[in-house]
Amino acid sequence: MSKIVVLAKQVPDTANIRGNAMKEDGTVNRAALPTVFNPEDLNALETALQIKDRTGREVILLTMGPYKAVEIIKQALYMGADAGYLLTDKKFAGSDTWATSYILAEAIKKIGGVDLVVAGRQAIDGDTAQVGPQVAEKLNFNQVTYVTALNDVTDKAITVERDGEFQTEVIKARLPLLLTVTSAANTPRYPSARNMLRYFKADIKENIPAEKRAEYERNGWVIPTLTFADLKDINEAQIGLKGSPTKVNAIRDIAVQGGDLKMYDPQLDGVKALVRDLMKQYVEVQS
Amino acid sequence: MKTAVFIEKRAGTERLRNVTLELTGKAAALMKPFHGEVVGIFVGDRLPEDTDDLFKYGMHRVVFYNNAKLKHLHSIAIKNIVAQFVKSEKPDIVLFGATHTGRDIAPLVAAQIYTGLTADCTQLVIDDYRDKGKILYQIRPAFGGNILATIVTPDHRPMMATVREGVMPLPEQKSNNTVKFEELTVDFKDEWVKSEFLRIIPKISKVDLSAANVIVSGGAGVGNKEAFKMIFQLAEALGAEVGASRAAVDFGFVEKDRQVGQTGSVVRPKLYIACGISGSIQHRAGMEESQKILAINKDPDAPIFGIAHMGIVGDLKEIIPLMIRYLREEG
Ligand SMILES: Cc1cc2nc3c(=O)[nH]c(=O)nc-3n(C[C@H](O)[C@H](O)[C@H](O)COP(=O)(O)OP(=O)(O)OC[C@H]3O[C@@H](n4cnc5c(N)ncnc54)[C@H](O)[C@@H]3O)c2cc1C
Ligand SMILES: Cc1cc2nc3c(=O)[nH]c(=O)nc-3n(C[C@H](O)[C@H](O)[C@H](O)COP(=O)(O)OP(=O)(O)OC[C@H]3O[C@@H](n4cnc5c(N)ncnc54)[C@H](O)[C@@H]3O)c2cc1C
Repeated sequence: MSKIVVLAKQVPDTANIRGNAMKEDGTVNRAALPTVFNPEDLNALETALQIKDRTGREVILLTMGPYKAVEIIKQALYMGADAGYLLTDKKFAGSDTWATSYILAEAIKKIGGVDLVVAGRQAIDGDTAQVGPQVAEKLNFNQVTYVTALNDVTDKAITVERDGEFQTEVIKARLPLLLTVTSAANTPRYPSARNMLRYFKADIKENIPAEKRAEYERNGWVIPTLTFADLKDINEAQIGLKGSPTKVNAIRDIAVQGGDLKMYDPQLDGVKALVRDLMKQYVEVQS
Repeated sequence: MKTAVFIEKRAGTERLRNVTLELTGKAAALMKPFHGEVVGIFVGDRLPEDTDDLFKYGMHRVVFYNNAKLKHLHSIAIKNIVAQFVKSEKPDIVLFGATHTGRDIAPLVAAQIYTGLTADCTQLVIDDYRDKGKILYQIRPAFGGNILATIVTPDHRPMMATVREGVMPLPEQKSNNTVKFEELTVDFKDEWVKSEFLRIIPKISKVDLSAANVIVSGGAGVGNKEAFKMIFQLAEALGAEVGASRAAVDFGFVEKDRQVGQTGSVVRPKLYIACGISGSIQHRAGMEESQKILAINKDPDAPIFGIAHMGIVGDLKEIIPLMIRYLREEG
């Protein structure tokens, strides 16, 4: 049976900015943000696990990132994924969505036997929602974006609902296929205690002392890594900062700052003054 | 110079989406100093019936491919045809609406062509870049709206970008360009159609927040669905549209299509009234460009006051009924 790959990214928690992550000047100290499993990637994983529950297909998590991203691989194993790959290499650093999707697609080919890839709709740091579709293109897969529900699953096709903004589309999509899943699709399951006990020692090979290798192998605690050298056909000129068509030219932090704020009294007089000001400025809008 | 605009029909209608008009106006403004051309590309079952309007917004030429098999979003087929157009037209810039259609097709096209795509731009400017001559500076929020990044695509062409609906102001119709259509010849392959659209379920309310001049939004602080009626009443008294924070949507006070913010609509009305909304970064990402913001919140330290122009600290359950009463008396 073909395998399912779930794409997931470890991201700074841009949704919950508080305490020391906020600088004096009202801007965000990005380095001080804790990292999390990208929220919609949990929905992607849940979608894949539901397909596994129905069909017994193998679910493999794939993440590209630094060593720290092992944390989300373990989280996925705790939730019920069968395996997780860490795709990591200095040569991958600085990749834009084009290069990122190229590397991810090459890794999926290396894993082999994959006919379904499930990604989150969007990562909460880069915020582009481009990586999913670009992986589909690189793999020459069919795609459905903005998936809001999983309906039927067969060997040849998957039926999903898609958020088409003004309409919901019920789509029977032929495999091989890539889906991008939104937060509306499901509620991700909790990690199971059994899986936590089973995998809490899991780590990448490089961190396992030689004398423990055999024990780790036996128990399935070795998290496989993929590096540049493992991706035989990849073109070095098309990855990393150099291979990326887009460049970040400048970044400006947005400060939370007070403008000229006019306050009104919450009593009747204040409300009257407020309504009068609103009416003065917006009569033309109203009519 | 040449800019191509991806022409999109509003699902369930035979008419253009607003974002196509906005992008055409923006493309015309960008091309004007260079006497450049604005070319539209449409791929679908049938050209929108009001496509001619684009010429009033500065379009020079519309290239189209109609095929009854493309009534729905068959991504792979549409991508192949748009990519064929891009390869033969060789535009310098290609703009897509950052809609659920544009964000489905644009990344596929950029991936096939090996060029850069910048997501969700809020500003587009042409200027000199090092020794590369004039290029497009694409400005976009990232990191949940905490930063504004300027992205460039120096060495690949075309430079591609998506822009949300309502972000570029709808320009005045003033151009009297002649109407010019060109049909694209495509060697259409049935195998490009990889999905079957079994059913289309129209969403009941088709709220178009991006077009509203005044928006009254309610958040978690409104408390419950019953109390949310107050928000609708205030909106009615002001001739406004109703918006909401994600928390209000998640609690089921209102439908998801009223959500304002990073994962909802981006709006820039003349007046935005935030009632019982704390002002999270994700919410602000969708409304902070409003011309005037009024915040009603019982917490004087709520971040929303940081971007508001008018504020009132107190219980909205008392303040809003007073506002409605007084608006009715005055109006
Ligand atoms: C400020 C800033 C702005 C940027 N703007 C652009 C831009 O406009 N265009 C551009 O091409 N690049 C841009 N980039 C680069 C881009 O953020 C990176 O390429 C990033 O690795 C992937 O993009 P994303 O975070 O937007 O992911 P998205 O495309 O939003 O991610 C969608 C899904 O793809 C999968 N995925 C994404 N990354 C990984 C990963 N590393 N491992 C496994 N799965 C993954 C996940 O399932 C995720 O939910 C920008 C970077 C910065 C810092
Ligand atoms: C990836 C991601 C995307 C998101 N996208 C969006 C988005 O698009 N839009 C969005 O809105 N959010 C979004 N969010 C959620 C966002 O982080 C906040 O959780 C949400 O905006 C909070 O909504 P709120 O302000 O209504 O609720 P709260 O933060 O709970 O604020 C309620 C406010 O009401 C006030 N209040 C309570 N009672 C009263 C009363 N009686 N009278 C007056 N004031 C009162 C309180 O003081 C408080 O300030 C997103 C989050 C994530 C992680």
